Amino acid sequence: MSTASSVLKEGRLPRWAEIALLPAINVIVALLVGGLVVVLIGENPLEVVKVLLWGAFGFQEAIGYTLYYTTNFIFTGLAVAVAFHCGLFNIGGEGQAYLGGLGVGLVVLAFDGQPFYVILPLAMIAAGLFGAAWAFIPAYLQAKRGSHIVITTIMFNFIASTLMVYLLVNIFIKPGQMSPESREFAENAWLPFIHEMLGWFGISFEPSPLNMSFLWALALLVLVWLFIWHTRWGYELRTVGQNENAARYAGISPVRNIIISMLISGALAGFLGLNEILGVQHRLLLNFTAGYGFVGIAVALMGRSHPVGILLAALLFGALYQGGAELSFEFPRITRDLVVVIQGLVILFAGALEYLFKPQLLAIFRRIALMRAGG
Amino acid sequence: MDYFTLFILILDSTLRVSVPLVLASLAGLFSERSGVVDIGLEGKMLAAAFASAAAAYVTGSVWIGLLAGVGVSMALAMVHGFACVTHNGNQIVSGVAINILASGLTVILGIAWFSRGGQTPPLPPSARFQSLEFPGAAALADVPVIGGIYSELLSGHNILVYAAFLAVPLVWWILYRTRFGLRLRAVGENPEAVDTAGISVAKMRYMALACGGVLTGVAGAYLATAQSAGFIREMTAGKGFIALAALIFGKWRPVPAMLSALLFGFLDAVAIRLQGVSLPLIGEIPVQFIQALPYVLTVVLLAGFIGKAVAPKAIGVPYVKER
Repeated sequence: MSTASSVLKEGRLPRWAEIALLPAINVIVALLVGGLVVVLIGENPLEVVKVLLWGAFGFQEAIGYTLYYTTNFIFTGLAVAVAFHCGLFNIGGEGQAYLGGLGVGLVVLAFDGQPFYVILPLAMIAAGLFGAAWAFIPAYLQAKRGSHIVITTIMFNFIASTLMVYLLVNIFIKPGQMSPESREFAENAWLPFIHEMLGWFGISFEPSPLNMSFLWALALLVLVWLFIWHTRWGYELRTVGQNENAARYAGISPVRNIIISMLISGALAGFLGLNEILGVQHRLLLNFTAGYGFVGIAVALMGRSHPVGILLAALLFGALYQGGAELSFEFPRITRDLVVVIQGLVILFAGALEYLFKPQLLAIFRRIALMRAGG
Repeated sequence: MDYFTLFILILDSTLRVSVPLVLASLAGLFSERSGVVDIGLEGKMLAAAFASAAAAYVTGSVWIGLLAGVGVSMALAMVHGFACVTHNGNQIVSGVAINILASGLTVILGIAWFSRGGQTPPLPPSARFQSLEFPGAAALADVPVIGGIYSELLSGHNILVYAAFLAVPLVWWILYRTRFGLRLRAVGENPEAVDTAGISVAKMRYMALACGGVLTGVAGAYLATAQSAGFIREMTAGKGFIALAALIFGKWRPVPAMLSALLFGFLDAVAIRLQGVSLPLIGEIPVQFIQALPYVLTVVLLAGFIGKAVAPKAIGVPYVKER
């Protein structure tokens, strides 16, 4: 009854429709438009979906790969979300993740003679610290000097990429080798793969790149949820994000919160380095971030910056990335780039056009409420 | 090679690499002066490059290619307008969406239509913009100094190069000497006042986006049908963002934006020349250092350490009419 009256009097959607139905509609529309692109290319979208699903979940190795991509998207999605809560748009996830990987690489190249329990905490700290450091300068400039964080983080992505090329080509390159890569890490430093970990318990699982960092990503989902909604710091951060002036009057420092949220955001993005460098590649190399930082934007928008939403969105994109890789085997005219198109559409419909269908949805809810009131 | 010739050659390639930067930064100028952030320059340029190369290859006409590029870039600009002006969506999110869409669509359509791993087939000379020789350029080529400047630097570019640099005074004139320009600037500073005067804020912003769409379209066509002979995936390679940096570095004004674009183009040209060259006193400068300079300089400027870059006041804020 109360829902019906709020629909009629205030023109507001019920809460569940606002946080679940509307985003779901947006994502479905994005996927439908993606289907149109497939039709345009001259393939059958239903067949494509079938191959995608099989490629993403059809066998153990596929599930492993899907969750491996999901891990990256949880890290970068959370990074974007934490900044969103403070009212900041961090486009710099790509660069922060790149630097996070550099931190991991430096630690492991220096210490990989040591036992794993020494390397792991050091690598985790380095990943977070380097990512946070790369976010610090844009954060400081935004907070103290009003430099627009979107522009500065974009610039820092490019600076990170030239910095990494310089470091790898001139410093870390393994002598006597052409491609700019560091030497391979000693095997005792590698993060255990999930199939190995399951093996310890006698469960057999096909090998895949899925590794221990997946568990860390899941833990971070919970930690971020606790931080944002169940600590004073999270409360302050959200207050600044909703209304900087109100926050200031309440004695909450916007400067402090902008910097803290960006440091956390950068650290979260930096953890991508754990998965890619310590978990999968086992060496420092170029372009391992591969656009995952940008997918984080789609994930955060789709997941409405809530850990549950982020987990679901990261899983969807993980499935799309892995299933997308299978597409090119079945359809000679489709490659994984289809997933990039879908990603763009999701950002467009779930982000920029998030209220596109709100008037129509509201009209439907009105009609239902009126019918109930009348009958 | 004497230093003068080297200098002329560097300036010559500076002009060539600056063209897309000049055009795209002018495009961003229209949009941002009207109050709409344009992160999507990169994507529009990329989509236009693909469309122009594809159309020029299929029809054999470079002009139809140019038209296709402008059309596609305009269409994306209108998507941006639909999201940000009509539906008051987040302008940055929309720009990011356009960049990612363009990056995916160009490759997926390129593979579907041409089956060349996302490239278009190489364009024949007739489907490309050819360089124009100024009268007497060949005759003057051997005259010292003047020959270098006239025959090497000024003559011998394609028509889009001249068009790009002529667009600068034209944009300046539109922005500062026409009623449209006045309204455009006003709508980016104080949309309420413009609305009160009975002018539609939305219409002004759509028109600004359309102007930007044309310019990024030409920039994309230049990349694929003038500078190169066809489309290569991700061929814009961050030029849209450098153009955005040039726009900010030029403090949202046409002539300074062009000068910044030239500066960034010059750095690019020098970086290629200096690869592996040891300079007196300084030694070898890492190429990556020069490549990073445009971005570093822009951050330093935004931080307010070298003058202050003041953005249009209403930038990034959707205009919601009071009821």
